[in-house]
Amino acid sequence: MKKSYKIDVDCAACADKMEVAANRTPGVREASVSFMALKMKVEFEDGADPDAVMREVLANCKRVESDCEIFL
Amino acid sequence: MEPKQKKNLARILIAAALTAALHFVPVTGAPRFALYMIPYLTVGYDVLRKAFEGIKNRQPLDECLLMAVATIGAIALALYQKSGDYAEAVAVMLFYQIGEWFQSYAVGKSRRSISELMDIAPDYANLEGEDGRPVRVDPDEVEVGTVILVQPGEKVPIDGVVVSGASSLDTAALTGESAPRDVAEGDEAVSGCINLTGVLRVRTTKEFGESTVSKVLELIEDASARKSHSENFISKFARVYTPAVVGSALALALLPPLGLLLAGRAPGWGTWLYRALTFLVISCPCALVISIPLSFFAGLGGASRQGVLIKGSNYLETLSEVKTVVFDKTGTLTKGVFEVTAIHPEHMDERQLLHLAAHVERYSTHPIASSLRAAYPDEADGCSVEDVEEVAGCGITARVNGSAAAVGNERLMERVGARVRACELHRDGTILHVAVNGEYEGHIVISDVVKPHSAQAIAALRGCGVTRTVMLTGDRQAVAARVAGELGVDEAHGELLPQDKVARVERLLDGRSSERERLAFVGDGINDAPVLSRADVGIAMGAMGSDAAIEAADVVLMDDDPLKLATAVRISRKCLRIVKENIWFAIGIKLACLALGALGLAGMWLAIFADVGVMVLAVLNAIRCMYLR
Repeated sequence: MKKSYKIDVDCAACADKMEVAANRTPGVREASVSFMALKMKVEFEDGADPDAVMREVLANCKRVESDCEIFL
Repeated sequence: MEPKQKKNLARILIAAALTAALHFVPVTGAPRFALYMIPYLTVGYDVLRKAFEGIKNRQPLDECLLMAVATIGAIALALYQKSGDYAEAVAVMLFYQIGEWFQSYAVGKSRRSISELMDIAPDYANLEGEDGRPVRVDPDEVEVGTVILVQPGEKVPIDGVVVSGASSLDTAALTGESAPRDVAEGDEAVSGCINLTGVLRVRTTKEFGESTVSKVLELIEDASARKSHSENFISKFARVYTPAVVGSALALALLPPLGLLLAGRAPGWGTWLYRALTFLVISCPCALVISIPLSFFAGLGGASRQGVLIKGSNYLETLSEVKTVVFDKTGTLTKGVFEVTAIHPEHMDERQLLHLAAHVERYSTHPIASSLRAAYPDEADGCSVEDVEEVAGCGITARVNGSAAAVGNERLMERVGARVRACELHRDGTILHVAVNGEYEGHIVISDVVKPHSAQAIAALRGCGVTRTVMLTGDRQAVAARVAGELGVDEAHGELLPQDKVARVERLLDGRSSERERLAFVGDGINDAPVLSRADVGIAMGAMGSDAAIEAADVVLMDDDPLKLATAVRISRKCLRIVKENIWFAIGIKLACLALGALGLAGMWLAIFADVGVMVLAVLNAIRCMYLR
C-alpha cells in the first residue's frame, strides 16, 4: 500500500535525513521525500498499520530533525 | 514572504546593523564581549537551540551543531587570545542565516510559481439549477453522466462530451499550444481547458478523480518522487561529505600541532584550531542538496508548461541522454487518417470525378469512404444515388443520376468491363478506380499523410544530439521507405506486427555500443504499450484525453505535434547541463575553500562568504530550468 503525506521542513539536507529515518522505520518498505513538493510517499510492508507506522516515522524524523512535521 | 521569513529577515537586518555599528564603538574587554553577544544571539539563538537538541538526539553531525561549534569555538579563541575579534563569529552566523533565508525564499518562490503554472485544478463544477441558473458544486461530487454547465472564462472541470453549445477551448495549460480548439455538439471537452467564448453543456464521461486534469496534476506531483541518478548521487555525497569534513577538521586540529611538537617546534594550537573551525563552517552540503532537486523540479515544471509531462526526474535525465529515437509511423509521424492525395481523371475534371466517387460511397462506413466524403464535403446535393451495392473485397457500384458507376479496385473494374490505365506515379496508398457505364474514368489515390511538422521535428532532434532515427510500422515496406525518405528518417522497417516492433527495439538496444546511449520510443500510446515500456524512455503523443497513453508512457506529449518531441529533448539537455554545472561548481568551490582553509589562506570570513555565495548562485542557476524552452 502506498500513501502520500504532506510534510513541512526547512532545508533540503533535513528532508534527506527524514527520508533516511523513514526508511529505517519498521513497517516501511520504501519512503521517498520530495523537498520541493514537500511530500513524503510511503510504501508500507504488507499487513502494516499505516497510522501506527506513520506515528513511528514521525517520531524517528523528529529525532534526526527537530524542526520537521508530517501532517498525518 | 511567509511570517517566518519576515521574522528571520528582521533578525538578520538587526544583527547586521548592530555588528556594523559595533565596529565603530571603541570598547574593550568584557563590555566588548557582552556587546557583540547581542547580535550573535539575535541572529543565532535558534541555531544554538537546535544544536542543543542535536546533542540530545545524538545527531553529532547536525548542521546547526556544527555551526554552533564553529562560532562558539571562534569566540572562545578570541577570548583566549584576547584579540577581541568577535565580529568573525557573528559574521559567520549572520551569513549562515542569510544563506538559509535566501534558500527558503527562493524555494518558496519557485514552489509557488510552479504551482501557479499548474493552476489548472478547477475548484468547482456548475450543475444546472431548476431555473436554468448554474449551481456550484464540488467537482468530486459530480457523478458520471451528469450534465454540467461551463461558462465562458471557466475551466472545464471534468472530462465529457458537449451536449449543446459551441465555443473555443484554450488548451494552453495542458498542451502549451496557444491556438484555441473549437468544440461543438458531440465533441470531447477535456478537463483543464478554459472555455473562451460560449456557454457549453457537457455530459461528463468520467469522475473528477479520473479526469485528465486530476491525472495530470497527480502525475506532476509524483514526478519529483522518482529521483534521478544525479539526485541520488548528491544525497549520497551529502551523507559522506559532512562526516568527512568534520573528520578532517578534527585531524587538522590535532595532527599538525602534534607533528610540530614531535619535531620540537611550537605547536601553534590556536592557529590549527582556527583552521579546523573554518572547516566546520564549510561542512554543510546545502548548496548541493538544494540546487539539484530544485533544478529538476523547475525543469519538470517548465516542461509541463510546454505541454511536455515528464513522469519523473529520472526520465528527464534519461531523455537528455537519448541518442536513438524510434518512431511509430501511423499517428506519430503521419496523421493516421487517410486523405485524398491525388486525383487522376481520364475525361472529366478532378472535382467531377471526386463528386461521383463520393456519391457512390455515400452510405459506406469504410474509412476510405469517410476520407472521400471529407475531400468532397458537399456530397449531400440533389443528385440521385440508388441501387448501391457493395461488392465484397472489390468496391461499390451504384446508379448515380441514371448512370452505372463503379468505384473500387482493379478487380471491380474487370467485372464492369473497364480497362484500367496503370498509374506509375503512385505505388503506395490505396488506389480507387472509377468507371461509368463500363468506361474507365480515372482513379483517386488515398494515403496517409505526414504531419506538417514531422520533417522539421526530425531535423530538430538531430540538432539536439540525436544521432539515429528509426521508423517502425505495420504498413508496407514501400510506404515506410517513402515516408522515411520524405522526412529524413535514417531507417525504416515496414510490415511489422506489434511483437515484431518489440523485437526490433530490443535488437536496437542490444546493438548499441554503450548503455548511456539511450533509446526513446515514440508512439501514440494506444496499442504500443509493450514497446513503450521496453524502451529506455517511452514517449506517448497526443495524449490529451487519453489516460491509457498517460498510464503507459514515461513522457507524455499532450498534443500530437512531433516538434514537441524536440522541445522535450532540448529542455532535458539544458536542464541536465544546469544540474552538472551546479554539481561541479558547488563541489569545486567547497573543495577549494577547504584547501585554502587548511593552508590558512582563507579565514572564516571568506569560507562562509564563499559557501553562502555558491548556494545563492547555484539556486539562481537552478531556477533557470523553469524558463527553458
